[in-house]
Amino acid sequence: MSALAPTAAPGTAEPSPRPGPRLRVGPAIGLLPFLAFIGVFLLVPTVTVAVGAFQDESGAFSTEKVAALFEETAMRALRQSLLLSTFSAALGAVLGAVLAYLILAAPPTSLVRRVATAVCGVLAQFGGVTLAFAWIATLGFGGLLTDLLADLFGLDATGSGWLYELPGLVLVYTYFQIPLMVIVFLPALEGLRPQWREAAVGLGANTWQYWTKVAVPLLRPAFLGSALLLFANAFAAYATAAALVSQGAPITPLLIRAALSSEVILGQANFAYALALQMVVVVAIVMGLYAWLLRRTSRWLG
Amino acid sequence: MKFRPVVASLATLATMTALAACAPPSDDDNQDDGGSGAATATSAEDLGGMEALIEAAQEEGELNVVAVPPTWANYGEIISTFEKKYDIKVNSSLPDGDSQDEINAAVQLEGTDRAPDAFDLAQSVALANTDMFAEYQVDTWDTIPDEFKADDGAWVNDYGGFMSIGYDASKVPAITSVDDLLKPEFKGKVALNGDPTEAGAAFSGVLMASVANGGSADDIAPGVEFFAALKKAGNFLPVDPTPATIASGQTPVVIDWDYLNAVESQNLDDWEVYVPEEAPVAGYYFQAINADAPHPAAARLWQEFLYSDEGQNLWLAGGARPVRAEAMAEAGTIDTELYDALPPVTGDPVIATNEQTEEMAAYLSENWAKAIG
Repeated sequence: MSALAPTAAPGTAEPSPRPGPRLRVGPAIGLLPFLAFIGVFLLVPTVTVAVGAFQDESGAFSTEKVAALFEETAMRALRQSLLLSTFSAALGAVLGAVLAYLILAAPPTSLVRRVATAVCGVLAQFGGVTLAFAWIATLGFGGLLTDLLADLFGLDATGSGWLYELPGLVLVYTYFQIPLMVIVFLPALEGLRPQWREAAVGLGANTWQYWTKVAVPLLRPAFLGSALLLFANAFAAYATAAALVSQGAPITPLLIRAALSSEVILGQANFAYALALQMVVVVAIVMGLYAWLLRRTSRWLG
Repeated sequence: MKFRPVVASLATLATMTALAACAPPSDDDNQDDGGSGAATATSAEDLGGMEALIEAAQEEGELNVVAVPPTWANYGEIISTFEKKYDIKVNSSLPDGDSQDEINAAVQLEGTDRAPDAFDLAQSVALANTDMFAEYQVDTWDTIPDEFKADDGAWVNDYGGFMSIGYDASKVPAITSVDDLLKPEFKGKVALNGDPTEAGAAFSGVLMASVANGGSADDIAPGVEFFAALKKAGNFLPVDPTPATIASGQTPVVIDWDYLNAVESQNLDDWEVYVPEEAPVAGYYFQAINADAPHPAAARLWQEFLYSDEGQNLWLAGGARPVRAEAMAEAGTIDTELYDALPPVTGDPVIATNEQTEEMAAYLSENWAKAIG
């Protein structure tokens, strides 16, 4: 391309100094605080965890702790963690997508829509001890709903204490997964241009064909991406489970707590590092997939 | 304030050199250091007596403790009494933490003025970390039975108790044996104070169930089987009991130390405490001073207070058995009303040694999650 040539001053023997490298320094300075932040809160902990996972109690190199990841207790916790994350993410993604669609049916400035999005914003962060106790007080042994069901219908809603096991965790997690899905999926749904539908209809498509051939393929990457985000969210969640289940460390984050703070079995800090490394690997895979899907989505939806 | 750790460690170094040269640190040195000479004092005498210790502690003005719940063995009142008596502010952080959290805090906050000054630890954590403790002998040292203290003063048992079953008599029938808990009346009602692979109290609870079912301090398997049966019957409630869950009726039966269960009787009229005759499992907690205490004088004064008649009676008021109880009963300084109100215990108490605890803990880490998962 010679487009630049005419603008260069004629007769200058030396090529004009290329502005590229020099100018790049300026914006990079603005990045520094961000990089420092990433370094302190992401890089340093990750490296610490990775190094700690390959050390024994005395600090010498050892693969013993990483090998222990493949023993029964850790595998069991990982399996349950993955099951919990998958189920709560699937439930949250499907129900949240439906809810987002319903919210979109209301006009953008309507009270319903504003209230719904605001409520979702709050509930998506409503986890932890409060949520766990809300469920215990509702459906636990001697909970409000439990007693009500028992009085009215003679039902045994708590059964064998399912609320304190995997099914209970899935239910409680779904409580914050659905609103999170609404928040992250709503923009994608909003990005569906009415013109596309008009174009499809103009070309003779019926509603079913528009959804299956146009809308769903367009939304699929965003939906799967949101589901992955939900998966990671559930996988890393700790406080809710810690408040609900105090026995047997059924999921990996609770097993890490057990390894770090046990006053009965000592010297397990490096095993906790190994468990954390395992979680980092899982989340890295999920986030890699998420980034890949996001790239595909952005091709279509601005 | 922020210079103190540096000054303290320099002073420590100086004092240690002085000690190595067999020269006792003079009182003048201590005054100049702003009380930091306390860091190596092994008794109040080293500092020139109680008055000097109090003065040095007041100069520091603060005391850090970690994982000391106010409802645990009356610590709430102990702390407020100490604060009032000596005009020293007690910073109690992470009140719901456990013993390992105290050690972790000491390691992570080492050198800062937020590090814990004194520890209240479960047996295994205490004995695994003795090199972090400062040697110190309180004024009442001689009245503490030998089996409850380290010869060098690195640690001292502070209070103990028996494993017990606390229950709300208005919700469940009276309990007369550990196996009663398997009855259908206890469906979804029996809670254990923590996960036994993490919390010492819960661990002792499993040991109690084991002893009641033919096990011993060497064999915790029958206890794990008992809880597996409890879980199978739908009676086991995997919720961490707290005063709040007990008051709200979420945890009507709680397996815990008798002094912790006893406190609930003050809040809940129908709360009964049962110590099983067939399985008296006893345990003491350990008290120690952090060798790197940011407030070394306050830490030592805290010990003096805890082992004084007043401090011991305060633990007793929390339903715990203070370590000096017998000597105090002899001297007539114990609160007899409280002492006689302790739950009666018959039979030989089972106290697990550290080796036994380690072996049982290893078994638990393999089998507990399977049994109740």
